[in-house]
Amino acid sequence: MSLYQALAARLKRLPPVLVPVHINQTPPSMRFWPMMAVGALAIGSALAPAPAAQAQNLTLLNVSYDPTRELYREYNAWFADWWVAQGNPRPTIQTSHGGSGAQARAVIDGLGAHVVTLALAGDIDAIATRTDLIPEDWQSLLPHNASPYTSTIVFLVREGNPRNIQDWDDLVRDGIEVITPNPKTSGGARWNYLAAWGYAQENGLDPQEFVGQIYRNVPVLDTAARGSTTTFVQRGLGDVLLAWENEAYLALAELGEDQFDIIVPSVSVLAEPPVALVPGHLGDDTLRALATAYLEQLYSPEAQAIALRHYYRAWDTSAAAPDDIARFPEVNRLTIDYFGGWAEAQPLHFGDGGIFDQIYQGQ
Amino acid sequence: MAARSFSFKAPTPMPGWGLSFGIMLTMLSVVVLIPMGVLIWRGFVGFGAVGMWEVVNRPRVWNALALSFRAALIASLFNLVFGVLLAWVLVRYRFPGKRLVDAAVDLPFALPTAVAGIALTALYAPRGVFGAFILEHFGLRIAYTELGIWIALIFVGLPFVVRTVQPVIEEIDRETEEASATLGASRLRTLTHVILPRLAPAALTGFALALARSVGEYGSVIFIAGNLPNVTEIAPLLIVIRLEEFDYDGAVAIAIAMLAIAFALLLVINLIQIWSRRRMGAV
Repeated sequence: MSLYQALAARLKRLPPVLVPVHINQTPPSMRFWPMMAVGALAIGSALAPAPAAQAQNLTLLNVSYDPTRELYREYNAWFADWWVAQGNPRPTIQTSHGGSGAQARAVIDGLGAHVVTLALAGDIDAIATRTDLIPEDWQSLLPHNASPYTSTIVFLVREGNPRNIQDWDDLVRDGIEVITPNPKTSGGARWNYLAAWGYAQENGLDPQEFVGQIYRNVPVLDTAARGSTTTFVQRGLGDVLLAWENEAYLALAELGEDQFDIIVPSVSVLAEPPVALVPGHLGDDTLRALATAYLEQLYSPEAQAIALRHYYRAWDTSAAAPDDIARFPEVNRLTIDYFGGWAEAQPLHFGDGGIFDQIYQGQ
Repeated sequence: MAARSFSFKAPTPMPGWGLSFGIMLTMLSVVVLIPMGVLIWRGFVGFGAVGMWEVVNRPRVWNALALSFRAALIASLFNLVFGVLLAWVLVRYRFPGKRLVDAAVDLPFALPTAVAGIALTALYAPRGVFGAFILEHFGLRIAYTELGIWIALIFVGLPFVVRTVQPVIEEIDRETEEASATLGASRLRTLTHVILPRLAPAALTGFALALARSVGEYGSVIFIAGNLPNVTEIAPLLIVIRLEEFDYDGAVAIAIAMLAIAFALLLVINLIQIWSRRRMGAV
């Protein structure tokens, strides 16, 4: 039996859709048809769902955003020990990091996250509305709007603050260079933008005009928060960096406190990076228990102390080192509700043709 | 022999034609044809030509498209000249470290482009080694301007021209040049009438490859570009921005616009190539 005949014989057993009619006559000029069927078969098998993960060796995938690498490296080690201490076998915990929006898109497109810990509630909302993986009321399922830690936006300036930048209105002065990423691609940049907007509104200024003036002083729009930090810190560009508070402290810790100063503006935002279970990927009860505990333990005093040590503002300070608490000054922090919630603020400010687009259209 | 007629008959009685054709078609479909088809289908059927035109027909998108193709053309033209020169030096001259230089030409293939972008930005930023010097002496800013984009694209496109031209230069006999000289041609005339015409088809292929590569380049450019809308915002970044907004239709529309322009450009280059081959006879 020739190879071709063998192939044809096998093809006869396939569902009729895949087998072209000519297969039984097989005129020589049509020999490419079975090969097309092989191709279709190959594609079909590639699209078939993969078998479910085995329950024995538990692997938990946490899909997170960029600046949480250090935080979750430490928390994962602590949590694995804690889970073993509860009488369970040791789990493998994997964390995936990237831009918050890109990570949300990956989960929507099929990345098998068991828990998501992203920068913006809007990104988890996007998963909830576009898929059945997460229930719509996810944010009410864990304390503090499902945000075990929070942060805020501060200014990082060069040592000694040579341009004397104290508050948001100093950023619109002529000749001041402001470094902030593009709010279209960076979650942190949206908070920067909203904080400036909130300051203008609180002080009776025209917010759109005010924010537009700030962006006229921006020489580079990086795509992510880390990129802006690099531009400011390593490339020496700009007079002031609008940064996550935890990124600003990290920059101080990494590069020495004698190079930069942190300036806390009079108005900033309460950034709540939320966490959520992905029940759509938690069919297995043991895995579900592990994932649930993973998120709940983020609120334990020990985990909160880890978050504080990584410059996040956590809620429970009972187990934290005094230095880690004293670091944070009081600041008037506006919540996302001040801006109407993400469902309203996102399209109004950052959507296609939104206010941010208008700022650059006007130039 | 009616070799030109369209049929799926095996060209020779040797076995293996059906299998190899099938594997080729399957692989090409899975990797190239079906993804491209889905893209175009999604644009025209899922979204509609009118909707796509509305997305693309805005000043900001046109500016980004113009910037992407202009920068890619300039960088590829530079690579065309510089790449041929580099290939010539590598084939015709012997010098210490030649193999090192030869290997270094491939680096842009191997290096993650983000690494290249960060390295170039570090050098050409206003505080960087080159950037500070150029700013001081020429008053030019390189990083965070269009010049920076050119440099990043020159970097990623260089190996294409070198590697396509190199084997052709190796094939040129020195006797041809000597013959040209003995027949009284000046050195310049030998270059323009004997050597360059033989290199032209390969150089054009390299140019087209470099162009195609740099039009879509994202990783290295976003670090050095500055990414200011209407000024230094490249079209691939606009696509990423659309994806960040979960606006798949908008992303597809810009992608199809890029595809169409790139296709038209490559077509023109191919026509020039055919013309130069005809003029030269079969090379």
